[in-house]
Amino acid sequence: MKRLLKGARVVDPASGVDGIRDVLIDGDRIALVGTSIPAAAAAGAVIVELGPSLVVCPGFVDMHVHLREPGYEHKETVATGTAAAVAGGFTAVACMPNTNPVNDNASVTRFILKQASAANLARVYPIGAVSHGSNGEYLAEIADMREAGCVAFSDDGRPVATALLMRRALEYAGMFGMPVIDHCEDRSLAGEGVAHEGFHAAQLGLRGIPSAAEDVMVDRDIVLALATGGHAHIAHLSTAGAVRSVREGKARGARVTCEVTPHHFVLADESLREPLVYDTNLKMNPPLRGGSDRDALITGIRDGSIDVIATDHAPHHADDKRVEFDRASFGIVGLETAVSLGLDRLVHAGIIGLGRFVELLSVNPARILGVPGGRIAAGDTADITILAPDLAVTVSAAAFRSRARNTPFDGWTLRGGVAATLVGGRPVFANPGVPQTSGFERS
Amino acid sequence: MSETATRLRGKDLLGIADLEAAEINLILDTAEAMKEVASRPIKKVPTLRGKTVINLFFEPSTRTRTSFEIAEKRLSADTLNIAIAMSSVVKGETLIDTAQNLEAIAPAIMVVRHGSSGACHLLARTCRAGIVNAGDGTHEHPTQGLLDAFTIRERKGRIQGLKIAIVGDLLHSRVFRSNILLLTKLGAEVWACGPPTLMPPGLERLGVHPTTRVEEAVEGADAVMMLRIQLERMQGGFFPSLREYFNVFGMTPERVRLAKPDAIVMHPGPMNRGVEIASEVADGPASVILDQVTNGVAVRMAVLYLLAGGGENEAAA
Repeated sequence: MKRLLKGARVVDPASGVDGIRDVLIDGDRIALVGTSIPAAAAAGAVIVELGPSLVVCPGFVDMHVHLREPGYEHKETVATGTAAAVAGGFTAVACMPNTNPVNDNASVTRFILKQASAANLARVYPIGAVSHGSNGEYLAEIADMREAGCVAFSDDGRPVATALLMRRALEYAGMFGMPVIDHCEDRSLAGEGVAHEGFHAAQLGLRGIPSAAEDVMVDRDIVLALATGGHAHIAHLSTAGAVRSVREGKARGARVTCEVTPHHFVLADESLREPLVYDTNLKMNPPLRGGSDRDALITGIRDGSIDVIATDHAPHHADDKRVEFDRASFGIVGLETAVSLGLDRLVHAGIIGLGRFVELLSVNPARILGVPGGRIAAGDTADITILAPDLAVTVSAAAFRSRARNTPFDGWTLRGGVAATLVGGRPVFANPGVPQTSGFERS
Repeated sequence: MSETATRLRGKDLLGIADLEAAEINLILDTAEAMKEVASRPIKKVPTLRGKTVINLFFEPSTRTRTSFEIAEKRLSADTLNIAIAMSSVVKGETLIDTAQNLEAIAPAIMVVRHGSSGACHLLARTCRAGIVNAGDGTHEHPTQGLLDAFTIRERKGRIQGLKIAIVGDLLHSRVFRSNILLLTKLGAEVWACGPPTLMPPGLERLGVHPTTRVEEAVEGADAVMMLRIQLERMQGGFFPSLREYFNVFGMTPERVRLAKPDAIVMHPGPMNRGVEIASEVADGPASVILDQVTNGVAVRMAVLYLLAGGGENEAAA
């Protein structure tokens, strides 16, 4: 079928477009984007009047999520995770391999893709393990997993254990031009830490994870990326030092990219004390850093040192969080809050424009993963995120599509949200709070 | 500075961080009255008669648990000691479940020691009973801080303006955290000394003077407080050996002589003789270590009395 999205602001930096356009979708493809679509081309199309208050963008890609399936279906499944994704404006997600069993072989990869196909919501791009069982010893069957559909490799949840393994992974994955995504944390420095090492953790008696634990491994990976020519992607960057290293690494010619999570650019470690002290929904790894780290991340977002906003969506059952702080699981969900946090804290705060926002959430993650998307020109797959940048959004964890509720943002009021999400031309989410989206009948 | 409140604001005592100076003074003043009870032939008052206090200890403790138990008995409370040597935890019962089962007995107060920082806050949010923190992880040990302040005040007549040196494992010490908060709130000049590997960040922000030179900390001090060094810290690589620790930081008679002539030496116990403190100092004339134990009962009586509603309708004893 054909659909004509009329009168919205199209922000498509990959095509150099930012203005009011009509977008004609034919089947699963973009047919035309223009100021006036010829009547003949649009004949028979369902017309959806969006209007200039909404923004049509290439579909957002979250390159760092945990879908928990197989093995931890009480926390999340591929079906509930992708439902959360499309409700959060993401047309595609890349899921980390720390499932049970670990996605370290093609059969697990194929299982995940089969579940994704059955859910039929967001696209799912599995990330394979770098090493067998993510144990940090021997390379997993990277070529085989690539053949099955993996788009990148990571031992996420853990760092790539040794410099030697990282070197081999960069060389081997480099054969296919694929990135190695690293959770940068020197385990000997991080120890049994549960919060950012600094004044606030010291006051609360919480064991610290020093910034240096991240910084030394980011530096290691940049050195190895330079030495091998491989592509190192730094996951969930959290420190001022890491931003500086990535910036300098790029200047030195390293193939290094990086991502930052919304919680790291919105919150800092002072939140551990107020309003709710020892809130386990503020426990994640890397931890919420100091205020100056958060400011450095925002600077990196503005100046281009940071390539991607990714959520590190880490669903946990309530039982995993209703315990003592040092016993609680690390991580928070992010898929259904990321866009609102970004619009409110980056775009409306005047840090970046919508074009840069779309680069961070769509263009760059698609490019880094080497997957389709990041552009809505004629002939492209019709993966589209429609934003309502001025919508007043109140976060309600109880209403999440995700199976999990572990967010520190419950009850927050933010400016900007998702109006609708289209995957392959098909509306998979329409926000009932945005009247114009009534033109999308769910199919 | 001797401003005094008439009651405590909360149902719990989770940490010194939550107390105002006036509330601290109220507890210390009340403890003086409670100490008088201990001098009587019948060391018992009916203040908490008919109220149940549960001592819920997830970590081994002799001194603190015994002190609380005697305090409760002298106030005529019905007391129940539960030592959970992680047994139920091993079976999988959560902290909240354990506490809610005990709540069904309708205690007025639960005195809780737990190995996790913030465990008492978690319980205070989920329990109707008042929660008294008897030590949570490496966070706070507020009644120890209060009894230390009581002991200093008893000996020196005041806390404001005194120089107090605290020496030892500052990083892992809940006694240290409670003491620096309390002593700075009451206007003392607090010096903190230990190896840099055992020093938490941000002490200056709290108005504390950090130093790695024990002589600088002790010089001219009115009170010197030693903290326990745990053997596992050496195994964790925080310092090379107990011998070297004693040589660099141990409280020797020579170092005590740098303090004021009438300075007192304190230790929350249990002591490691020859590690953080020389026996000549622990047993010497400046030592008030056993007074601290005695005062602990009076201070805990005061806390229990005030939290159980005392002060609103009747005078202590």
